[in-house]
Amino acid sequence: MDTTPKLKKRKAKPIFDGAEWNFDTLKAVFEQVEKVALRDLKLDVYPNQIEVITAEQMLDAYTSTGMPLMYRHWSFGKHFAQESMSYRRGMRSLAYELVINSNPCISYVMEENSATMQTLVIAHAAFGHNHFFKNNYLFRQWTNADSILDYLAFAKEYVKECEERHGVEAVETILDAAHALMRQGISRHPKVPVSSRPADIARRKKRRKAHEEATYDDLWRTVPKRPVLAADAELAANAAEGEGLGLPEENVLYFLEKHAPRLKDWQRELIRIVRILGQYFYPQRQTKLMNEGCATFVHYEIMNRMYERGLLTEGSMLEALHLHSSVVMQPSFDDQRYGGINPYALGFAMMRDIKRICEEPTAEDKDWFPDFAGNGDAIGTLKAGWADYRDESFILQFLSPTVIRDMRFFALHDESDEPEVEVTAIHNEMGYRDIRRRLARHYDASVQDPDIRITDADLSGTRRLTLTHNVRDGRLLGKQECDRTLQHLAQLWGHRVKLLEVDAGTGKTLRELEALPLP
Amino acid sequence: MHIIDRRLNPKAKSLGNRQRFLRRARDEIRNAVSEALKKRKVSEVGNGEKIRIRSKSLNEPSFHLGKDGSRDFVLPGNKEYMVGDTIPKPPDGGGGGSGRGASDGHGDDDFVFTLTRDEFLDLFFEDLKLPNLIKVKLKDVRSPTPLRAGYTTDGSPSKLNRVRTMRNSVARRIALRRPSMEEIAQAEQALADAEREAAPDPARVTLLREKLARLNHLRKTVAFIDPFDLKYNRFERQPKPVTQAVMFCLMDTSASMTQSLKDLAKRFFMLLHIFLSRHYREVDVVFIRHTSVASEVDEETFFRSTETGGTVISSAFEEMRKVIKERYPPDEWNIYAAQASDGANDLGDMARCIDMLDDVILPLCQYFAYIEVGTHISESIIWTGFSPLTERQRHFAMRHVSSPADIYPVFHDLFSNAERS
Repeated sequence: MDTTPKLKKRKAKPIFDGAEWNFDTLKAVFEQVEKVALRDLKLDVYPNQIEVITAEQMLDAYTSTGMPLMYRHWSFGKHFAQESMSYRRGMRSLAYELVINSNPCISYVMEENSATMQTLVIAHAAFGHNHFFKNNYLFRQWTNADSILDYLAFAKEYVKECEERHGVEAVETILDAAHALMRQGISRHPKVPVSSRPADIARRKKRRKAHEEATYDDLWRTVPKRPVLAADAELAANAAEGEGLGLPEENVLYFLEKHAPRLKDWQRELIRIVRILGQYFYPQRQTKLMNEGCATFVHYEIMNRMYERGLLTEGSMLEALHLHSSVVMQPSFDDQRYGGINPYALGFAMMRDIKRICEEPTAEDKDWFPDFAGNGDAIGTLKAGWADYRDESFILQFLSPTVIRDMRFFALHDESDEPEVEVTAIHNEMGYRDIRRRLARHYDASVQDPDIRITDADLSGTRRLTLTHNVRDGRLLGKQECDRTLQHLAQLWGHRVKLLEVDAGTGKTLRELEALPLP
Repeated sequence: MHIIDRRLNPKAKSLGNRQRFLRRARDEIRNAVSEALKKRKVSEVGNGEKIRIRSKSLNEPSFHLGKDGSRDFVLPGNKEYMVGDTIPKPPDGGGGGSGRGASDGHGDDDFVFTLTRDEFLDLFFEDLKLPNLIKVKLKDVRSPTPLRAGYTTDGSPSKLNRVRTMRNSVARRIALRRPSMEEIAQAEQALADAEREAAPDPARVTLLREKLARLNHLRKTVAFIDPFDLKYNRFERQPKPVTQAVMFCLMDTSASMTQSLKDLAKRFFMLLHIFLSRHYREVDVVFIRHTSVASEVDEETFFRSTETGGTVISSAFEEMRKVIKERYPPDEWNIYAAQASDGANDLGDMARCIDMLDDVILPLCQYFAYIEVGTHISESIIWTGFSPLTERQRHFAMRHVSSPADIYPVFHDLFSNAERS
């Protein structure tokens, strides 16, 4: 302990001492955190709402997809039973906080948390996540923070009404099926509507002709043409019908909602509810690493600055550091505790490294990141990153050799029929870019999710629905789950459903699965 | 910024989800429940229970990529590997390293969770019922249920019916032409306009002023809500008829009953007791234990104490008849009895015992269940003696229990709802 009374700067009185807190403490803490977040870090956040809840309520909230309102479904009950069991056994501790992407931004804090934890949680959720929600392009583009709570209230009420009118089980059948297809209920590529006005068609024709004339090359005439087959004519007829339905369609739930022949209106509305929620959560899946990294970086910065100003006691700073380091712990791949790459760890490591590159770059950094190495504006650089990237592109752009070395990343290649996996890159000069590229693909939802589209719907004849899975790298769907999901799909469609697994490279059909609806 | 205390919000928000979940896995849970009974001590029956189920109906499938094909992935924590090294895959085929394959979290169907005491017992006694419950009679009115009975003009504020009250209020205000705020604002505006005109018309101004005064007066004198408007919900307490029933538990505690046999018998009665106290709150239970002499005892003594002696079963029947005569007139009460014994009886007592059961006890009873505990190697004298009765008396049943695992099935069999109603 420093006993000399001479202090360079007059230090403020700590906001609290010890673990106890009350609502006044919480308010004082919030005000101080807010000061640092808005003045020093210049964060841009939605208005905040902090809600104090019990452990049971916390369990409740995060087992029903983390939303404050949710319709009733057995799967949430199942997750609750599972989570509360492992919580009671002490296998897992509860999340300290939960934050909802809404305007105002709602953060839940648990009553069991100590005063230090509350400070950390407020910095993490109410400012870190909040800033990310408000500024990241995916959230801005895909989710509507102003209306999500209202929509959930509507959904909850609507599901309840349906249960009263049509019975719990009838509603459950639809929701089960829709949940199974939730990941196929996302529009990844918004379609540009093609106008069918005669004037527009004429203009398009003219433009195409101009293009053909401009790029004319006589050589093309000599390329042999493919003979026209009878099958092609049929295919073309089908394609014409499919075009009317907007096929191929990647959003299976959307297609069912619009075109499934045997659904009633309320069933379509239920599917729509699930689809809209799936779409709402899609950005979260794609930005988990950045979102957590951003929040962790923000709480780390805020806690340190508050400590420097004397707003936190040494005891609580130590507690905060202990919490922080257990959150960003990354076990090695051969560790028992290893459960994938910890998004908190990697996100935080990358963001701290960006700060370092901005402030004290090495020659290597200047080589790799000429745009911002040594620019001195760490917060500005990070804020630009938080706004304009998602996990995949963020890694491609910002993962530095330093982080690869620190985390000791290495890349592996796995063939399912080989007994061994092969190391293809390690943290050396030759491997950095390779590792970075492969790691980025981990976080690319469009690579991790199977690429399944509705390719044909024979509405005039057998009413068979055909889906095509574009198989990449020979990775077929998991058979058992696939059968069950297909059964759910058939139940919604009401007629025979066929799934073709087609190799994306060769166009060869690798497997065909079919399902018929049960009466 | 707002800080909101949500801790006092209604609890068990997830109850609806949980009920749906339990209904979904009903069959599996019920099997697990009867399985659980085998492993429990007598005193533990009726506490919460940890349940492990393996259920297809709880599966949440989705399309996801399987394990075939080739893939690339990145792991942290390299210590020794160089490019070109190969690592054997772990035996379960999870793919290199640990966890990557498993972290997808699929394929694990086993599911463990805890049932509360109520949930456990609900499932436990589902579909069980006392048979032939016919003599319905009004006993004492313990908790008359309040029923809605229209509306009244007075009551406590908590029973105020707001819809009715406001409906009256609106009707009265319209009838008495109480002006709204807008009307007054309009009148004020008109007056101000008239006064502001270049050449105010004094007659018109006076007229408008009077109108405004009249409106204000009306607004003050006609109340927004008058005591006359108030309507309250009215409740009437209605007594509900209560079915009277009494269950006699007869247990042999003689020396021939070893400790393990007594445990079996007690376990059966324990189950019966929980069942009755849960589903038939109004049922009286009479405990009678006997050696060569029988006595009525309280619950505690019946389950806990030990005594030894010879066996004279008719003494128990005698005691039962005495109790019925004293306290439970058969024309007002549904009478049930369950008897547990190891099948041994004093040979000289047998004839009297069968006669009493046939002539006295069974005619009084709605249902009589005889449970024989112990290894059923040869037919015991009681079993042989009682067997003919099952054919003559439809409400007499005999079952055999040799291990704790039998108890629930036998119990279920004896009181199953479907069989008898």
